[in-house]
Amino acid sequence: MTKLLQLLEEDCTLTPEQLASMADRKVEEVKAAIAKYEQDKVILGYKAIVDWDRTEREAVTALIEVKVTPQRGEGFDRVAERIYQYDEVESVYLMSGGAYDLIVIISGRTLREVAEFVGQRLAPLEDVTGTATHFILRKYKEKHLIFPKQEEQKREWIFV
Amino acid sequence: MNYEQLLSRRIQEVQPSGIRRFFDILEEMKDAISLGIGEPDFVTPWHIRDAGVYSLEKGFTKYTANAGMSELRREIASYLSRRFDLHYDFASQIVVTVGGSEGIDLALRCLLNPGDEVIVPVPSFVCYGPLASMAGGTPVYLELKAENEFRLTPEELKSAITPRTKLLVLPFPCNPTGGTMDRADLEAIAGVLRGTDIMVLSDEIYAELTYGRRHVSLANLPDMYERTVVVNGFSKSHAMTGWRMGYLCGPAPLIRQMLKLHQFGIMSAPTVSQYAAIEAMRNGDRDIERMRDEYDGRRRYLVEGLRRIGLPCFEPKGAFYVFPDIRGTGLPSDEFCERFLMEEKVAVIAGSAFGPGGEGFVRCCYATSMKDIAEALTRLDNFLTNLKKKQARA
Repeated sequence: MTKLLQLLEEDCTLTPEQLASMADRKVEEVKAAIAKYEQDKVILGYKAIVDWDRTEREAVTALIEVKVTPQRGEGFDRVAERIYQYDEVESVYLMSGGAYDLIVIISGRTLREVAEFVGQRLAPLEDVTGTATHFILRKYKEKHLIFPKQEEQKREWIFV
Repeated sequence: MNYEQLLSRRIQEVQPSGIRRFFDILEEMKDAISLGIGEPDFVTPWHIRDAGVYSLEKGFTKYTANAGMSELRREIASYLSRRFDLHYDFASQIVVTVGGSEGIDLALRCLLNPGDEVIVPVPSFVCYGPLASMAGGTPVYLELKAENEFRLTPEELKSAITPRTKLLVLPFPCNPTGGTMDRADLEAIAGVLRGTDIMVLSDEIYAELTYGRRHVSLANLPDMYERTVVVNGFSKSHAMTGWRMGYLCGPAPLIRQMLKLHQFGIMSAPTVSQYAAIEAMRNGDRDIERMRDEYDGRRRYLVEGLRRIGLPCFEPKGAFYVFPDIRGTGLPSDEFCERFLMEEKVAVIAGSAFGPGGEGFVRCCYATSMKDIAEALTRLDNFLTNLKKKQARA
């Protein structure tokens, strides 16, 4: 049923009936499969992609390169865990390449909030040997969704 | 000026499409949902658009060869062989046209003499009859049956053939019914045609939108290649309607004449579109599959939804239309569509617009978002429930 996962990854607002038609399955099968995926944490959750720039609310996102000393027997997992437990942390990825080890994405309300998090929480961790913070200036596309408003062709009626 | 006297009698005899008024109402309506336009809702894939843009940046803005760029014709030949096992020589058997529609027009004008009869199975796309008339031919409408899932049967074909029959139009997968002809269906048709001089215009514009099986062309069958002119294009397969890119393939002596007419009437298809089309042929197969997969899911959802509501329909295996039977409502199809639009703000097209045989059905196009399809189904359910109440009261 990877087809079902693909469909949900594209649009999690599809109803079980719609999903059943699209994946060519029975509605009951789809409901059972989703429940199982949720239970097994194959599906971690469902979230909306929000363009905060179109709202009153201020929002800042930063991408932080983090260099760490791996722990004996635990590699990077332990330090990653200590980082991802913070609520401010949106994503953490272990990266290949030698320049840094982890990419941490955090979002806050203001530049200062993000800077304080890096300075006071992240950088002082004992296994963290260095950080470089990059503020995201503008989001163009996320999860296949485009942020700038796309102009649509005016559809005039034609009989085809 | 008395224009009626000045205008050609032939064009004046051609009936205009009867649903103009319907579209005028629709245009005024702000929040209408449309299952009306038979056009992909996808934007042309970016790599194809980019190829067009790049050609403009390079300044490739001159005419191309009349038949279309040889590079494009080579790609079309390779595509047809790769995907449909159809084999045409790029140099002598392919003309690039302005959409599939020009191809249909060229084929009809180059094959018909005054009095020649053209068998047009209906319901089908509206252009065949008028274009056949304009070319001096006589359209003979052959009504397909819902119980045959709107396939053409050999018996029906035999009943329509006369000594004046010149050409059979084979519009499958079919707009508006979604009907298809599989190999066995075509074999039966080939059995009737074999031994006659009847030519075939096979409009395969929806070939790529065939679900659960591969499209088979009549030209794939023994003895049929020589009598078949295939029309195809990029509009439906690659979501390229506005680029106006189509092509005609067939026996070289026919294509030579069609090219002559194309050369005088059109010169050459738009250059920018041809560059985009080359990219579509080279790297577009995955786009076709992605879009087909998406349509396929919507198709099943719409068919199931219509059946749940209580409108019978066969499962269409091609194009992007479902053609439900509305005879149970007691309304003629144009009245059904107008009332559905006025009461629930959903546009579907009356089957009667697609020729005799379409009455009693409506065309619902599922080349639109799942969200709109779901909402249209809810509103349809509403409409039918209210209609029953009103009819019970009356």
